[in-house]
Amino acid sequence: MGDVLGAFLTVVIGLAILAGVLGGLYGLTQFLPGAWRERGQVAVFLVPTLFLVFAGLLVPAVRTIYVSFLDDPGKKWVGLDNYEEIFSGPSTRLTVFNSFTWVVFGTLLVVIVGLAIARYADGMRGERVAKSLIFIPAAISLAGAGIVWRFIYAGPPFEVGLLNQATKAVPGLPVSLGGDGQKLWLVERNIGALTPPDSAPGLNTFLLIVIFIWASSGFATVVFSAAIKGVPESLIEAAKVDGATNRQAFYKVTLPYIRATIVTVATITAIGGLKAFDIVASTTGGNFGTSTIANDFYRIYFVQGRNGFGSAFAVLLFLLVIPVVVMNRRAQLRAGEMLA
Amino acid sequence: MSAVNPGLNPSVVAEPIAPPPVVGEGALPSDKVVDAAMGGEPMGRSVSAALSSRGGRWIVYAIVLFWTIPTFGLLASSVRPENDVKTSGWWKIFYDPSFTLDNYESVLSSSPSGGNLGHFFFNSLKITVPAVIISVGIGALAAYAFSWMKFKGRDWLFVIVVAMLVVPLQMAIIPLLRLITGGVHIGTFTIFPYLHLNNKVAAVWVAHTCFGLPFCIFILKNFVSSLPKEIIEAARVDGAGHLTVFLRLVMPLSVPALASLAIFQFMWIWNDLLIGIVFAGPQNRPVVAKLVEVSGTYGQSWHLLTAAAFVSMAVPLVVFFALQRYFVRGLLAGAVKG
Repeated sequence: MGDVLGAFLTVVIGLAILAGVLGGLYGLTQFLPGAWRERGQVAVFLVPTLFLVFAGLLVPAVRTIYVSFLDDPGKKWVGLDNYEEIFSGPSTRLTVFNSFTWVVFGTLLVVIVGLAIARYADGMRGERVAKSLIFIPAAISLAGAGIVWRFIYAGPPFEVGLLNQATKAVPGLPVSLGGDGQKLWLVERNIGALTPPDSAPGLNTFLLIVIFIWASSGFATVVFSAAIKGVPESLIEAAKVDGATNRQAFYKVTLPYIRATIVTVATITAIGGLKAFDIVASTTGGNFGTSTIANDFYRIYFVQGRNGFGSAFAVLLFLLVIPVVVMNRRAQLRAGEMLA
Repeated sequence: MSAVNPGLNPSVVAEPIAPPPVVGEGALPSDKVVDAAMGGEPMGRSVSAALSSRGGRWIVYAIVLFWTIPTFGLLASSVRPENDVKTSGWWKIFYDPSFTLDNYESVLSSSPSGGNLGHFFFNSLKITVPAVIISVGIGALAAYAFSWMKFKGRDWLFVIVVAMLVVPLQMAIIPLLRLITGGVHIGTFTIFPYLHLNNKVAAVWVAHTCFGLPFCIFILKNFVSSLPKEIIEAARVDGAGHLTVFLRLVMPLSVPALASLAIFQFMWIWNDLLIGIVFAGPQNRPVVAKLVEVSGTYGQSWHLLTAAAFVSMAVPLVVFFALQRYFVRGLLAGAVKG
C-alpha cells in the first residue's frame, strides 16, 4: 500500500509544481508595464502548449521526413531509396496491400453495419439496450479486442475456439470449412513447413479486419443514430404521403440528408484502418501475411532498429492520411452546398 | 453539433430544432443529440416515422448477438478452471457450470509465470490519471488564450495546432523519444537538456500530452469561445485579470465540456498500446501493453489469457457503463478527430 501512497503523492506534488510554476510566472507579469503585461500573460497561458506542440509534434514530424531520406545509420543522404525499398520488396509490398485492404473493407463494412443498426433499431423496443451492447467493444482497447477474438478463431490442440465449435455442429460441412472442428482459422503460429512467417495464408488479414469492424461499429452506430434521428419528420412524412415505402424513404431522403455524417465516419474509420497496429500486434504480430504499414513501422524501427527505413513507413502513413482528409473536406463542402 | 466549427466540419449531426440558449451548450452535442445517439426518442419527429420494421429487428438481434458473444465468452472462460478451458468451450458453463477465481489469482500474482498484472494495472492508473489532468488542463489554458486574449498571429497559431490533428503519431514518436531520452545537441551545444526521463512514467505523461493536446484544444476552444461574450467582458471591465476570469468564470462554466473530454481522453490513454510500449520501461508499462506481452509468453495458457484480458478491460468497462453519456458526447464531438 505504501507504494500506492508514494505514487499518489508524487503525482500530486508534480501537478502542484506545474501549477505553481505557471501561477508564479503569471504573478510576475503583474510587474510588467502596460502592453507587456498582456503579452506576458498570453505567454503564460500559451507557452506549455506551444512548447509541447512544436517540440513534441511539429519539429519531430519534420525530422521524421528528413530521416526517411537518410540511410539507416543516419549518415548518408539516399534520396528516395527507402521508399523504393518499400515498394520493391515482396513482403513490404504485401504490407502496403494489406493496409489498403484494411481501409477499403474495414471502412465499407463499418459504415454498412453502423447504418444498418442505426436504421433497423430506430424506434424498436429495446433500442437503447441493443445499441449499448453493440457499443461495448468501443470501450475495450483494440489490443484487448484482438485477444478476445483469438478465442473465437483458436484451433487445435485445445478446444477453445468458438468458430470451430460452431462449424463442427453443422452436419456435412467439409473439413476445409472446419467441418471437423480442427481448423486453425487465424494462422498465428507455425504449422509445419506450410506457413513461413511472410507467406499469406488466405483468410488471415480478413479475419483481423473482422476484429476491427467489431471494435469500430459502435462508434459508427452512435454517430449515425444521432444523425438519423435528426432528420426532420416533415421530410419523411412528405415522402410517405407521396407513396414512398420505408425503404425508399431511407434511401431517397434519410441517406442523402446524412451524407456529411457518413463521410465523416468513413474518414475516421479509414484513418483508423490505416493506423491498424494494436489488433495486428496482439494477434499475429504481423506474421503470416498480416503486417500493415503501422505494424511494419513498429517492427522495422523498434525491433530491427532501422531508422531511415522505419521512418519512411511513418511518412507513408502520413501521405496516405492526407488524401483521406482532403476527400473528406471536399465531400463535406459538397454536402453543405447540397443542403443549402 | 452543427455549431461545432462550421469551417472544419459543417454537420456531423444536423440539429433540426434550434436548441434553447444554454450557456456554452452550442459547442457540444446537446443532451438531445446524445440521447438520440444512444437510442432515445427521435429529435425532430414522432416514433411513427421511425424506419424500423420486423425484418429489420431480426437483423439487429443477429448483430447484437454477434457483437456480444465474444466479450461474454471471454468473461465466462475467465472464471472456468484451466482444464475446462482447454477441453471444452465456454458455453458448457450453461449446462455443466464450474467456477473458479484461480485464473485471476494467477495473473495477479507476482510469480514468474503469473505476470504480476496487478502491478501493471496500477501502472495504467499512474499513467492515465495525471496524463488526462495535464492534457486537459494545458488544453484549457490554450483554449482560453485562443478565445479571449488578443494577440498577433492568434488565428494562425490556432490553425497550426489544430492541423496537428491529421499528423499520425507515428510521424512524431521517434524524434520525441530521442528528445526525452537524450535531449538535443548540436556538437557540444545543448539546445534541449537531457532530462533523464528514460522509461519513466513522466515520459509517458509528456508523450500522451503532446499527442492529445491538439484534440483537447480543438474541443475546448469551440466550447470556451461560445461562452457569452457579455459575461466575460463584464468581468474584465470590473477589473478581473485573465487568471481570475479563467479560474472563476470560464472553468466552472466549462464543466460539461471538461468532463466529456476528460472521459474521452481517459479511455483513449488507458486503451493505448503504442505510446505505452515505446515510452514506458518494462516495469512501468500500462496493463494493455503488458497484456500484449503476456499473450506471447503465456503461449498455450489460454486460461490465464482470459483473466489477463479482463483485468485490462475492467476499468474502461466500468467507466463505460457508469459514464456512457459523457463518453458518447465526447465521441460525437470527437467525430472530427482524425
